[in-house]
Amino acid sequence: MTPDLWHALLGGMLIGGGAAVLLLVDGRIAGISGILEHVTRGAIGVSGWRLLFLAGLIAPAAAIGVGTIDFAQGVVLTAVSGLLVGFGTRLGSGCTSGHGVCGISNLSPRSLAATLTFMGVAMLVVFAVRHAGAAWRG
Amino acid sequence: MAWVAALVAGLLFGSGLLLSRMCDPQRVLGFLDVAGAWNPALALTMGGAILVAAPAFWWARRRHETVLGAVITLPDRFKFDSALFGGSAIFGLGWGLSGICPGPGLLLLTAGSTRAIVFVAGMIAGFYALSGLRRAKATS
Repeated sequence: MTPDLWHALLGGMLIGGGAAVLLLVDGRIAGISGILEHVTRGAIGVSGWRLLFLAGLIAPAAAIGVGTIDFAQGVVLTAVSGLLVGFGTRLGSGCTSGHGVCGISNLSPRSLAATLTFMGVAMLVVFAVRHAGAAWRG
Repeated sequence: MAWVAALVAGLLFGSGLLLSRMCDPQRVLGFLDVAGAWNPALALTMGGAILVAAPAFWWARRRHETVLGAVITLPDRFKFDSALFGGSAIFGLGWGLSGICPGPGLLLLTAGSTRAIVFVAGMIAGFYALSGLRRAKATS
Protein backbone atom coordinates (compact mmCIF):
# COMPACT_ATOMS: atom_id res chain seq x y z
CA MET A 1 0.00 0.00 0.00
CA THR A 2 1.09 3.55 -0.73
CA PRO A 3 1.51 6.06 2.15
CA ASP A 4 -1.67 7.75 0.95
CA LEU A 5 -3.71 4.57 1.39
CA TRP A 6 -2.18 4.02 4.84
CA HIS A 7 -3.20 7.54 5.80
CA ALA A 8 -6.72 6.84 4.54
CA LEU A 9 -6.93 3.64 6.61
CA LEU A 10 -5.30 5.03 9.77
CA GLY A 11 -7.41 8.19 9.51
CA GLY A 12 -10.50 6.01 9.35
CA MET A 13 -9.35 4.06 12.42
CA LEU A 14 -8.91 7.33 14.35
CA ILE A 15 -12.44 8.36 13.34
CA GLY A 16 -13.77 4.99 14.54
CA GLY A 17 -11.74 5.38 17.76
CA GLY A 18 -13.39 8.75 18.40
CA ALA A 19 -16.84 7.24 17.84
CA ALA A 20 -15.97 4.33 20.17
CA VAL A 21 -14.77 6.59 23.01
CA LEU A 22 -17.87 8.80 22.77
CA LEU A 23 -20.13 5.74 22.84
CA LEU A 24 -18.40 3.78 25.61
CA VAL A 25 -17.74 6.67 28.02
CA ASP A 26 -20.50 9.18 27.20
CA GLY A 27 -23.11 6.79 25.79
CA ARG A 28 -23.48 9.10 22.79
CA ILE A 29 -23.49 8.66 19.02
CA ALA A 30 -20.81 10.65 17.16
CA GLY A 31 -23.23 12.10 14.61
CA ILE A 32 -21.82 15.48 13.69
CA SER A 33 -24.92 16.98 12.03
CA GLY A 34 -27.04 16.15 15.10
CA ILE A 35 -24.44 17.43 17.56
CA LEU A 36 -24.03 20.67 15.61
CA GLU A 37 -27.81 21.17 15.36
CA HIS A 38 -28.20 20.84 19.13
CA VAL A 39 -25.42 23.35 19.73
CA THR A 40 -26.83 25.88 17.24
CA ARG A 41 -30.20 25.68 18.99
CA GLY A 42 -28.33 27.21 21.90
CA ALA A 43 -29.08 24.85 24.78
CA ILE A 44 -25.57 25.31 26.19
CA GLY A 45 -26.48 23.95 29.65
CA VAL A 46 -27.16 20.45 28.37
CA SER A 47 -24.65 20.68 25.54
CA GLY A 48 -21.35 20.65 27.46
CA TRP A 49 -20.18 17.36 26.00
CA ARG A 50 -21.27 18.49 22.53
CA LEU A 51 -19.26 21.71 22.72
CA LEU A 52 -16.19 19.82 23.93
CA PHE A 53 -16.55 17.22 21.17
CA LEU A 54 -16.79 19.97 18.51
CA ALA A 55 -13.84 21.85 20.05
CA GLY A 56 -11.76 18.66 19.87
CA LEU A 57 -12.98 18.00 16.33
CA ILE A 58 -11.69 21.24 14.88
CA ALA A 59 -8.61 21.63 17.13
CA PRO A 60 -6.23 19.51 14.99
CA ALA A 61 -7.23 21.40 11.82
CA ALA A 62 -6.88 24.72 13.66
CA ALA A 63 -3.42 23.70 14.92
CA ILE A 64 -1.94 22.13 11.77
CA GLY A 65 -4.11 23.70 9.06
CA VAL A 66 -6.18 21.96 6.39
CA GLY A 67 -3.71 22.68 3.57
CA THR A 68 -4.63 24.24 0.25
CA ILE A 69 -8.31 23.63 -0.41
CA ASP A 70 -9.62 23.52 -3.95
CA PHE A 71 -13.37 24.11 -3.67
CA ALA A 72 -15.48 22.52 -6.41
CA GLN A 73 -18.11 25.27 -6.59
CA GLY A 74 -18.37 29.03 -6.30
CA VAL A 75 -19.79 30.87 -3.30
CA VAL A 76 -23.46 30.59 -4.31
CA LEU A 77 -23.51 26.87 -5.10
CA THR A 78 -21.38 26.13 -2.01
CA ALA A 79 -24.03 27.91 0.10
CA VAL A 80 -26.81 25.97 -1.67
CA SER A 81 -24.88 22.76 -0.98
CA GLY A 82 -24.63 23.65 2.71
CA LEU A 83 -28.38 24.32 2.84
CA LEU A 84 -29.17 20.95 1.26
CA VAL A 85 -26.69 19.17 3.57
CA GLY A 86 -28.14 20.81 6.69
CA PHE A 87 -31.78 20.22 5.75
CA GLY A 88 -31.23 16.69 4.42
CA THR A 89 -29.08 15.38 7.26
CA ARG A 90 -31.63 16.43 9.89
CA LEU A 91 -34.64 15.16 7.91
CA GLY A 92 -32.82 11.85 7.40
CA SER A 93 -31.53 11.85 11.03
CA GLY A 94 -27.86 11.46 10.15
CA CYS A 95 -24.89 12.15 7.93
CA THR A 96 -21.68 10.40 6.94
CA SER A 97 -20.69 10.08 10.61
CA GLY A 98 -24.02 9.21 12.27
CA HIS A 99 -25.34 6.80 9.64
CA GLY A 100 -22.19 6.00 7.63
CA VAL A 101 -19.78 5.26 10.49
CA CYS A 102 -21.83 4.78 13.68
CA GLY A 103 -24.99 3.28 12.17
CA ILE A 104 -23.20 0.72 10.01
CA SER A 105 -20.92 -0.14 12.96
CA ASN A 106 -24.13 -0.79 14.93
CA LEU A 107 -25.21 -3.20 12.15
CA SER A 108 -28.25 -1.00 11.52
CA PRO A 109 -30.16 -1.77 8.27
CA ARG A 110 -31.77 1.70 8.62
CA SER A 111 -28.35 3.41 8.55
CA LEU A 112 -27.12 1.18 5.73
CA ALA A 113 -30.17 2.21 3.67
CA ALA A 114 -29.52 5.89 4.46
CA THR A 115 -25.81 5.58 3.55
CA LEU A 116 -26.53 3.81 0.25
CA THR A 117 -29.10 6.53 -0.53
CA PHE A 118 -26.91 9.57 0.13
CA MET A 119 -23.82 7.98 -1.40
CA GLY A 120 -25.77 6.84 -4.46
CA VAL A 121 -27.37 10.26 -5.01
CA ALA A 122 -24.00 12.00 -4.48
CA MET A 123 -22.40 9.68 -7.08
CA LEU A 124 -25.21 10.53 -9.53
CA VAL A 125 -24.68 14.26 -8.95
CA VAL A 126 -20.92 13.91 -9.57
CA PHE A 127 -21.67 11.88 -12.70
CA ALA A 128 -24.09 14.56 -13.95
CA VAL A 129 -21.68 17.40 -13.25
CA ARG A 130 -18.54 15.75 -14.60
CA HIS A 131 -19.67 13.38 -17.35
CA ALA A 132 -23.30 13.67 -18.45
CA GLY A 133 -22.85 17.11 -19.98
CA ALA A 134 -19.88 15.91 -22.01
CA ALA A 135 -21.82 12.80 -23.13
CA TRP A 136 -24.73 14.95 -24.36
CA ARG A 137 -22.38 17.23 -26.23
CA GLY A 138 -20.94 14.10 -27.86
CA MET B 1 -14.56 12.25 33.10
CA ALA B 2 -17.36 12.07 30.53
CA TRP B 3 -16.55 15.61 29.38
CA VAL B 4 -12.83 14.85 29.04
CA ALA B 5 -13.78 11.78 26.99
CA ALA B 6 -15.96 13.93 24.70
CA LEU B 7 -12.98 16.22 24.07
CA VAL B 8 -10.68 13.23 23.43
CA ALA B 9 -13.30 11.67 21.12
CA GLY B 10 -13.49 14.93 19.15
CA LEU B 11 -9.68 15.12 18.93
CA LEU B 12 -9.47 11.55 17.60
CA PHE B 13 -12.30 12.12 15.12
CA GLY B 14 -10.88 15.43 13.90
CA SER B 15 -7.35 14.00 13.55
CA GLY B 16 -8.81 11.15 11.50
CA LEU B 17 -10.66 13.51 9.16
CA LEU B 18 -7.42 15.45 8.70
CA LEU B 19 -5.14 12.43 8.20
CA SER B 20 -7.49 10.73 5.72
CA ARG B 21 -7.93 14.10 3.94
CA MET B 22 -11.68 13.65 4.15
CA CYS B 23 -11.88 17.45 4.40
CA ASP B 24 -10.44 17.87 0.88
CA PRO B 25 -13.51 18.32 -1.38
CA GLN B 26 -11.61 17.14 -4.49
CA ARG B 27 -10.63 13.90 -2.76
CA VAL B 28 -14.25 13.26 -1.75
CA LEU B 29 -15.50 14.04 -5.27
CA GLY B 30 -12.79 11.71 -6.63
CA PHE B 31 -14.21 8.95 -4.42
CA LEU B 32 -17.76 9.69 -5.62
CA ASP B 33 -16.66 9.84 -9.30
CA VAL B 34 -17.06 6.11 -9.99
CA ALA B 35 -17.39 6.69 -13.76
CA GLY B 36 -14.22 8.81 -14.00
CA ALA B 37 -10.80 8.68 -12.38
CA TRP B 38 -12.20 6.89 -9.32
CA ASN B 39 -10.12 7.23 -6.16
CA PRO B 40 -11.19 4.42 -3.80
CA ALA B 41 -8.97 5.57 -0.89
CA LEU B 42 -11.89 6.85 1.20
CA ALA B 43 -13.47 3.38 1.15
CA LEU B 44 -10.49 2.39 3.34
CA THR B 45 -11.27 5.32 5.63
CA MET B 46 -14.86 4.18 6.07
CA GLY B 47 -13.77 0.55 6.47
CA GLY B 48 -11.13 1.49 9.05
CA ALA B 49 -13.65 3.54 11.02
CA ILE B 50 -16.20 0.72 11.08
CA LEU B 51 -13.52 -1.84 11.99
CA VAL B 52 -12.70 0.12 15.17
CA ALA B 53 -16.21 1.35 16.08
CA ALA B 54 -18.10 -1.91 15.48
CA PRO B 55 -16.74 -3.71 18.60
CA ALA B 56 -17.78 -0.71 20.74
CA PHE B 57 -21.32 -0.88 19.35
CA TRP B 58 -21.35 -4.65 19.89
CA TRP B 59 -20.54 -4.01 23.56
CA ALA B 60 -23.20 -1.28 23.77
CA ARG B 61 -25.88 -3.59 22.34
CA ARG B 62 -25.02 -6.30 24.87
CA ARG B 63 -24.40 -4.22 28.00
CA HIS B 64 -26.63 -1.17 27.44
CA GLU B 65 -24.38 0.87 29.71
CA THR B 66 -21.26 2.96 29.51
CA VAL B 67 -18.00 2.14 31.30
CA LEU B 68 -19.17 4.68 33.92
CA GLY B 69 -22.43 2.81 34.41
CA ALA B 70 -24.80 5.25 32.63
CA VAL B 71 -27.55 3.88 30.39
CA ILE B 72 -26.85 3.75 26.64
CA THR B 73 -29.90 4.20 24.40
CA LEU B 74 -29.11 3.19 20.83
CA PRO B 75 -31.11 4.53 17.84
CA ASP B 76 -33.82 2.44 16.18
CA ARG B 77 -32.20 0.12 13.63
CA PHE B 78 -35.25 -0.93 11.63
CA LYS B 79 -37.31 2.21 11.06
CA PHE B 80 -37.69 2.91 7.33
CA ASP B 81 -39.76 5.93 6.34
CA SER B 82 -39.94 8.65 3.71
CA ALA B 83 -38.04 11.10 5.97
CA LEU B 84 -35.03 8.72 6.07
CA PHE B 85 -34.90 8.27 2.29
CA GLY B 86 -35.97 11.81 1.33
CA GLY B 87 -33.58 13.43 3.81
CA SER B 88 -30.69 11.19 2.77
CA ALA B 89 -31.35 11.94 -0.92
CA ILE B 90 -31.36 15.71 -0.25
CA PHE B 91 -28.12 15.35 1.73
CA GLY B 92 -26.65 13.38 -1.20
CA LEU B 93 -27.54 16.20 -3.60
CA GLY B 94 -25.68 18.72 -1.46
CA TRP B 95 -22.73 16.41 -0.78
CA GLY B 96 -22.29 15.54 -4.46
CA LEU B 97 -22.39 19.20 -5.43
CA SER B 98 -19.59 20.42 -3.14
CA GLY B 99 -17.89 17.28 -1.82
CA ILE B 100 -18.33 18.61 1.73
CA CYS B 101 -20.26 16.88 4.52
CA PRO B 102 -20.86 18.30 8.04
CA GLY B 103 -17.63 17.31 9.86
CA PRO B 104 -15.24 18.37 7.09
CA GLY B 105 -17.28 21.58 6.68
CA LEU B 106 -16.44 22.51 10.27
CA LEU B 107 -12.75 21.68 9.75
CA LEU B 108 -12.63 23.89 6.65
CA LEU B 109 -13.93 26.78 8.78
CA THR B 110 -10.55 26.92 10.52
CA ALA B 111 -8.99 28.16 7.25
CA GLY B 112 -11.45 31.05 7.32
CA SER B 113 -12.31 31.03 3.61
CA THR B 114 -15.56 32.60 2.43
CA ARG B 115 -16.86 29.37 0.94
CA ALA B 116 -16.30 27.41 4.14
CA ILE B 117 -18.22 30.09 6.03
CA VAL B 118 -21.16 30.12 3.60
CA PHE B 119 -21.26 26.30 3.61
CA VAL B 120 -21.58 26.13 7.41
CA ALA B 121 -24.00 29.08 7.46
CA GLY B 122 -26.10 27.32 4.81
CA MET B 123 -26.04 24.13 6.85
CA ILE B 124 -27.29 25.92 9.98
CA ALA B 125 -29.96 27.67 7.87
CA GLY B 126 -30.98 24.18 6.68
CA PHE B 127 -31.42 23.04 10.32
CA TYR B 128 -33.66 26.03 11.03
CA ALA B 129 -35.59 25.62 7.75
CA LEU B 130 -36.49 22.05 8.69
CA SER B 131 -37.50 22.83 12.27
CA GLY B 132 -39.52 25.84 11.02
CA LEU B 133 -41.28 23.65 8.47
CA ARG B 134 -42.05 21.05 11.14
CA ARG B 135 -43.46 23.72 13.48
CA ALA B 136 -45.64 25.16 10.69
CA LYS B 137 -46.93 21.67 9.93
CA ALA B 138 -47.64 20.93 13.59
CA THR B 139 -49.70 24.10 14.09
CA SER B 140 -51.66 23.92 10.81
